[in-house]
Formats: sequence, C-alpha cells, structure tokens
Amino acid sequence: MNWDWGAVADFMPHFWDGLLVTLQVLAIGSVISFVLGLVWALLMRVPSRWVTWPVGTVTEFIRNTPLLVQLFFLFYVMPEWGLTFSALTTGVVGIGLHYSTYTMQVYRAGIEAVPVGQWEAATALNLPLRRTWTAVILPQAIRRVVPALGNYVIAMLKDTPILMAITVLEMLGEAQLFARETFQFTEPLTVIGVAFIVISYLASLALRALERRLVH
Amino acid sequence: MTSGLWELVLRGIWTTVQLLVFSALLGAVVAFVVGVARTHQSRAVRFLAALYTTVFRGTSALIMIFWIYFVLPLSFGWQLVPMWAGTLALGLTYGAYGAEIVRGAIAAVDPAQREGGIALSFTPWQRMRLILLPQAVPEMIPPFSNLLIELLKGTALVSLMGMGDLAFSGNLVRLALQESAEIYTYILLIYFVIAFLLTRGMRGLEKKLKAGVGKEPRAGAGAARQPEVTGVGGVS
Repeated sequence: MNWDWGAVADFMPHFWDGLLVTLQVLAIGSVISFVLGLVWALLMRVPSRWVTWPVGTVTEFIRNTPLLVQLFFLFYVMPEWGLTFSALTTGVVGIGLHYSTYTMQVYRAGIEAVPVGQWEAATALNLPLRRTWTAVILPQAIRRVVPALGNYVIAMLKDTPILMAITVLEMLGEAQLFARETFQFTEPLTVIGVAFIVISYLASLALRALERRLVH
Repeated sequence: MTSGLWELVLRGIWTTVQLLVFSALLGAVVAFVVGVARTHQSRAVRFLAALYTTVFRGTSALIMIFWIYFVLPLSFGWQLVPMWAGTLALGLTYGAYGAEIVRGAIAAVDPAQREGGIALSFTPWQRMRLILLPQAVPEMIPPFSNLLIELLKGTALVSLMGMGDLAFSGNLVRLALQESAEIYTYILLIYFVIAFLLTRGMRGLEKKLKAGVGKEPRAGAGAARQPEVTGVGGVS
C-alpha cells in the first residue's frame, strides 16, 4: 500500500471540477425526472387503454433495462437520426428519463393515498377536473411523496458516474483522466469513492430531517 | 447482422448471465450475514454491520468496480480475473442493499413470535433459524425481485472494464457495422426479456414460499412493482 498525498493534492482541482459537473447533472436530472414522472403518472390515470398501455409498456421497458445501454443508445443513435447534442445534455436527459420511470410510481402511490373523501368533496363542490387536480389532489399527493423522491435523488447521485461512459467529465471521468495522465489510480479513485460515501450520507441525513419536518 | 456478430451477442448474454448468477449468490450471502448481524445482541456486531451497509450503499457500484479493478492490484497486489472482480464489486454493493431488506423483513415478523421463542427457551440462533427466518424469507422475495433487476442492470457496468458482457458485445457490433440503432435496440430488448423472466421466476418462488407458511401471495404481486422497497433508493 503506497499512498501519495502529493497525488491527492494534484487531483483536488480536477475533483472540484468533477463535483461541479456531478451536481449539475444531479440537479437538472432530478428536475427532469420529477416533471416527466408526474406526466407519466397522470397519463396512466387517463381512462383509455390507448394511452395507458403504451405509456405503461415504454416506462416498464426503460425501468427494466440498463441506464448504460440507454445512454449508448441516445449518444450514438440520435446523431444518426440527425439530432446531435453534447455529451452532457445527452447524459442529463438519459438519467432524467430513466429515473422518471421510478418517480412515476412514487407519484402514483402518492395520488392513490389521497383519501377518497377528497375526491368526493371536489365532486360535491362541482370543481372542474383541472381544479380538482391542481387545488385538491396534487398538493396533498406531492407532500406525501417528497421523502420518496429524495431517495431517488440519492440513487441518481450514485448513477451519475455512468455518464463517464459517454465522455462526460463528472467525478469518475475526471478521476480516470487524471489516472491515465499520471498513472496514479489509487488516490483519485479512493478520493471520489470517499466523496460519494460522504455526500450520500449527508444527503440521507438531510432527507431524514426534511421527512420529520413534513410529518409534523 | 451476420451470424458471426450474433455469436458475439450470444457470448455476451452468456457472460452477463454468469455474472448475474455469481454476483446474486454472493449478494445473497452478504445480505443474510449482514442483515442478521444487524439484529445481533452485541452492540459491536450491530455497529460493524451498520457501517458496512452505510459504506457500501453510500458509494456507487461503478466506482466500486473501478476500485476493485484498478486499485486492489496496484495497492495490495491482488490481481483478480475480470469475472471475479465484477462478481465481488456487484455482490458486495448489492448485498448491502439486500441486507436492509433482510433486516426489515426480520423486524416485521410479529413480536409475539419472538417472545414465543423466548418463552420456549430457544437460543437466539434457534429463534432466528426456526422461527424468524422461515416467516421473514417469503416477505423478502418481492423486494429481492426488484433488487435482482437492479443487479441485472448493474452487470452492464462491467463492460466499461472491457469485460465481454452483453453491453460490450453491443459496442463491438456497433464498431463493426458502423450502425447503432439496430444493435442497441436488440441489446435493450434482450435485457428486457431477461428481466421479465427473472420477475416471473421470483413470483413463482414467492407463491411457493408463501404457501409453505400458509399465506396468500401479495395481491397483484409483480403486476405493480413497488419502487419504495427496491432498496436502491432507500438510504434513509
């Protein structure tokens, strides 16, 4: 075991660059997954098989296949169809889409957990469908699902290294680049490994605090 | 696509299946050992088990794969063949998620069952083996089924180490044909079929195990997967 603190010091500027990209991916990816997930969840409630069946099949497919291959698909196939995006954009969209198929189930559970009396009250008050959703159902449903959504943000954080496969320089990408240039693998990989443990641990503490606040 | 390229894909499927089986077995062993250790009487054992789950769930599976592949040989002189490096990385990581499932299922057994065991003066190990686990294991199957799908998706990561699994064979075919839409569609479909077969198999297993303790399987099991218990997101 030979540990070189000099290499750690050399790596740190790259580490901060990578961390910034990772956090960007996480932030935008989360927003995409929250919005798209809600769209899927609402579409699944449309009372027509012509809507629910395709949406259900496509999301089930995305959820059950590896994010890595989906990213390859987006990264290599989209340009063949004449759509060229940067690696970062492709990665963010890919990870957001992948996780939207998880968040849709969170929303579904949240919507189903709204007491049926709320629906009946909305009907009794003669609220139009749009108002029923925006003023009655969704505010209650979303409040319930915030902790579960937070769990998926943490899960997404741990999947961001996969974006290095399509040349995004997030933390693992930076670490690998540094290792290739200097032939020092131990220090950069250990640094980012520890960084992930620390970040996800802190995030889980923050999430638990948020959960307590929402309950009371 | 020519038959030679299909052969490449078939070999990729075989590698993926092997890796899936080995890492699922290692993961199951880790899950039960660590999960049961978290209910141990000794505070030190509980602490170590909790530390293990925090560390291995905290880091990313891909970083674990890189670390085992690049750092272990350099720093400790342990060179593992790619198959075992992949198995070790995936088994240890997903085993940590499985440990939470095991712990949760044991904790969910009716407390009266444990008390009954104490009243009959069973030893802690007898209680675990004869009373708690037989009732807890059937409850673990649906979350384990979800975790197995996550593990299947995780196996694709070893292709980044140059291991010839299904995802890697897809890359080779893309390079050979200079055309990617077709091959990646096939690769995704193959993963989907494997995932479907795994879900089916686990549902059958759940039915069998629940019949063994006189319970009905969860209504609509499998038809609606419950993401809340995949464990992958469940850090809190």
